[in-house]
Amino acid sequence: MTGYVIRRLLWLAPVLFFVALITFVLMHIVPGGPWDTKGRPISPQLERQLDAKYGLDEPVWRQFLTFGWNALRGDLGISFQYQDRPVSEIIREGLKATAVLGIFATIFALVVGVSLGIVSALRQNSIIDYASVFFATFGASTPSFVLGILLIVIFAVQLGWLPVYGWDQQWWLIPNPKQAILPTITLGVLPAAYLARITRSSVLEVLQQDYVRTARAKGLHEWVVLMRHILRNALIPILTVSGPLVANLVTGSFIVETVFGIPGIGKQFVTSIFQRDYGMIMGTTLFYALVVAMANLVVDLLYGVVDPRIRY
Amino acid sequence: MAGVPGTAAELEGWAVPTEHHSLWRDALRRMLRNRLAMVSLFVVIALVVVAVFASQIAPYDPNAQNCGTAGALKDPSSSHWLGTDQSCRDVLSRLIHGSRVSLSVGIFSQIAVLLIAVPIGAFAALSSRLTDNLLMRFTDLIYAFPALLAIILLRRVLEGYDVPGGSLTVIILAIALVDWVTIARLVRGQMLSLRERDFVLAARAMGARGWRIMFVHLLPNSLGPVIVSLTFGVPVAIFAESALSFIGIGVDPPTATWGAMVDQGYRAVFAVPMLTVYPALAIATTMMAFTFIGDGLRDALDPHQR
Repeated sequence: MTGYVIRRLLWLAPVLFFVALITFVLMHIVPGGPWDTKGRPISPQLERQLDAKYGLDEPVWRQFLTFGWNALRGDLGISFQYQDRPVSEIIREGLKATAVLGIFATIFALVVGVSLGIVSALRQNSIIDYASVFFATFGASTPSFVLGILLIVIFAVQLGWLPVYGWDQQWWLIPNPKQAILPTITLGVLPAAYLARITRSSVLEVLQQDYVRTARAKGLHEWVVLMRHILRNALIPILTVSGPLVANLVTGSFIVETVFGIPGIGKQFVTSIFQRDYGMIMGTTLFYALVVAMANLVVDLLYGVVDPRIRY
Repeated sequence: MAGVPGTAAELEGWAVPTEHHSLWRDALRRMLRNRLAMVSLFVVIALVVVAVFASQIAPYDPNAQNCGTAGALKDPSSSHWLGTDQSCRDVLSRLIHGSRVSLSVGIFSQIAVLLIAVPIGAFAALSSRLTDNLLMRFTDLIYAFPALLAIILLRRVLEGYDVPGGSLTVIILAIALVDWVTIARLVRGQMLSLRERDFVLAARAMGARGWRIMFVHLLPNSLGPVIVSLTFGVPVAIFAESALSFIGIGVDPPTATWGAMVDQGYRAVFAVPMLTVYPALAIATTMMAFTFIGDGLRDALDPHQR
């Protein structure tokens, strides 16, 4: 187990290295540089000064080595657009919003998706079942920003119950609940739909197993059968999809952040792409790659917890 | 596998076929019986017709600013069925022309994916252990990139080059360059498992050469899951394009795209809420139609999987 974790963490290093390398190369073959201003070209002298200040006058390979060496020590360089603030600091700030939104959406997806899946499997072919299958299909094929817009039009514009825009985190990073509802649902519906689908088919399969019949025949309470026999065994396929889902949640959040004006990492990434802020682009891409890799690692480890038959 | 069939549904799979049908003919029959998939197919065909004849169908030029005659942000009327936007452009005409962008991104990106992924996947499956391993580690790397971010980066890179077709082609290419990985792995996996099957052994025993085995036996038999996966790729590509256009790095304005229309409409959400809803519904409907077709194809081509 420990060996497995170490091996997986070691594999992370080359992955992150290549992600950094590819991003770096892509960024630098984009024609033009970060100092291109629309219409008003800056003087060559000023450009040289700026290049020198941010190390852009050095050969490209040395820029990459410098970045890599600094990144190893947790220093992702400085942002061009935010007047020299360290990228890691900006990411840390954006992470507050992104992480809270992500956690909310994950909880929403797990609660709604898994419980819908269970209920519709237990009451197969009932109205609840059809409704949740419809929810799963609709949710899985509606893009997040489309859903977000539709929710805004209904609940914020027409009914006026919730704010259209904004995200204020105060005490203990808890956002204003009214502001959090729509973004959470928008981000959470897609994973919830997938989870409902997977949970339903997984529970349906477990329901047919002999050990469930045995458990019922023993006279166990239906609740005990559900919790101890059905759910425990139905959990593995659910876990399999939750890794990619969590990763999707984090990366998908930049659209939701744009729609609702949430000052998270995703929004920072989008603006840095427009501003060609090399430091920020590198930092956010690496950060996202790390999150995706970690999400998959955690899920792989959880397999062993849920299913003791799996050994590493 | 269950032992002896009991219910009528189970018996169906056991019935002795009276005449021989090819896989594709059976699949077609099952597909035709799938009502949801057929309705979706109809929707898609209708959309294709609208997209192809957009200039003929649309009542106005999608970029014409009719401020003199119609005015900005008008409610639906007999002359402008869905009203006008901020720049006095006819919303219905823009919606009709927007279908061109979404459909061509969805379909052409998947054709590009097919052209990239099948050779690479097949090559990996049939080449030496080392080459195969290198190619698969490379796909692992691309997987490590969050897809949308990679597409955005590639879009920025490619826009600097003089690509025929402009930003639309750039987006199609960016999506294909990120998306091919899944299909390549699928093709490789299919070929590796098909290679061990008896019919390939039989072909080899009869003296068939590598190329013949490849094109006559391996490729056609691995096509089913590839087609299904490509069909599911269409809505994903449509989503990517509309998301990019929504945040402003998609197809260049003033081209009418649904994603950009959602964004423009959203800016006037308090004045005319429906302005952002029409294109939003268009995106959702199109994506759903392709998803249902994909579901139908999967069930039709692989009846054992449920």
